[in-house]
Amino acid sequence: MWYFVAPQVVFGEDALSHLAQLNGQSAFIVTDKNIVRLGLVDKVKEQLAQAGITTAGVFDEVEPDPSLHTVEKGVAVMNRYGPDLVVAVGGGSVMDAAKAMRVQYERPDMKPEEINPFVSGLGLGARCKLVCVATTSGTGAEATFAIVLTDAREQRKLSLINREIVPDIAIVDPELARGMPPGMTADTGMDALTHAIEGYTCDWKNDFSDGLCIKAIQLVFQYLPRAVRDGDDREAREKMHNAACMAGIGFINSLTAMAHAAGHSLGALFHVPHGRAVGLLLPYTIEFIGELREELWAEIAYAIKLEVPKGKTAAATLAQAIRDLSRSISQPLSIKETGIPLDSFNKAMGKLIDNLMADGSLIVSARIPSVAETERFFGYTYEGKSIDF
Amino acid sequence: MAFVIGTQEWADAAMRELNASQTYREVAKNWEGDMYVIIEPDASFKQRIIGYFDLWHGECRSACVIKDESEKSPQYRISGPFTVMNQLLQRKLDPVKAMVTGKLKVKGNMGQIMRMPRAALEFTNCLSKVDAVFPE
Repeated sequence: MWYFVAPQVVFGEDALSHLAQLNGQSAFIVTDKNIVRLGLVDKVKEQLAQAGITTAGVFDEVEPDPSLHTVEKGVAVMNRYGPDLVVAVGGGSVMDAAKAMRVQYERPDMKPEEINPFVSGLGLGARCKLVCVATTSGTGAEATFAIVLTDAREQRKLSLINREIVPDIAIVDPELARGMPPGMTADTGMDALTHAIEGYTCDWKNDFSDGLCIKAIQLVFQYLPRAVRDGDDREAREKMHNAACMAGIGFINSLTAMAHAAGHSLGALFHVPHGRAVGLLLPYTIEFIGELREELWAEIAYAIKLEVPKGKTAAATLAQAIRDLSRSISQPLSIKETGIPLDSFNKAMGKLIDNLMADGSLIVSARIPSVAETERFFGYTYEGKSIDF
Repeated sequence: MAFVIGTQEWADAAMRELNASQTYREVAKNWEGDMYVIIEPDASFKQRIIGYFDLWHGECRSACVIKDESEKSPQYRISGPFTVMNQLLQRKLDPVKAMVTGKLKVKGNMGQIMRMPRAALEFTNCLSKVDAVFPE
């Protein structure tokens, strides 16, 4: 028995205008200062106004890798207004923070860190609805029921999952992603690719998520270089925006695996942007898992019209194709290339290993490393050496 | 020789399996908290079995079978009907999936379980490695 959960997805050109059709009285917008500066919050307010919905308040203090403290702060503001609609406008950090705030707003008895997949009957939706408006094409957070928050005190990321926290509506309007600079387009695009590949190959893969993941992989390989090269390429922007959302729905219904476990660990300690971290680690995890998923690597290779040369494995061929894609969009291929000094990296090794070993994403990895293998894995990824063990 | 589930010999064998597991020691090195594993009766099996495991930093300090649930106050309780537990012990069911779908009920500090999901996974993996049969 398993479940497939997704919000209502409104996608394509002009999808934002769906806000003008919503029912409600008072909206609370969760966002960050950059999104406000780009004028995207004003666009959202205009659409809500057409529906007769007043924007009661705007919380624009969400930082990258939002902390538990930010969530508490946002909820305190939200409580002052008592909205019946929460609208998250931004990337993954904003949407994750908004999801956590919404839970605490509706369930003040429940701390964000207590959100877990084993509880049901949260009763969300009685006090407010949650609409997520994506402005980046990567996390798919607009359509997932996961939240990643940073516990600053313990220097680790908390991955919180519960099917009932899925947003009510996801707005996937490519126009909102056009302002992304090339670097962010590349980072977030690699996040989408990692979601799709891990969702397609992890232990909990299933027929429903497979279709979304494999299509998302095709779209990323085809359109990400174009979207990075020319941010005004409308077709590439739209396809990447769709790919990110599809990958999001795909992976959340199957789960991500070792690249995410390692990426969370690296990101929590060195603040490497999430998509950049998981994207650079992805080919190494494919090599590490290797023959255990050879058939699936071959299926992915086939889907993206990649020929597997005689004498070479599909895992190695796919890993190389991902590195080629990364290089073409100026992404780092090793941890060293992210600029982390070796001595800092080595000093953090114990914590890097602990974080990876504890990460929930690892439980569905086709191959789970031991502590010794994890240390070796990080050593190889720092130097940019293909995994051969 | 297979151990009969619900006997002290079975609990001892489970403790040995946990303490012999390098993986469990690694992934549960920060785990603090004892646990009941409760096998609830269903249409196929009429007994209620409660196993108690004192788990501390990757080690199982003691294990026994409990007759009366109020005898101890463990920090965690994992319970499920016989049919589910049987599938779990035969490794025909993923324990985390069973928890997520509500087939297994979990009570206790969820924060710790979410921080160390692999500890919960390896705990059930170790239990499933014990050569065991249910009582007639």
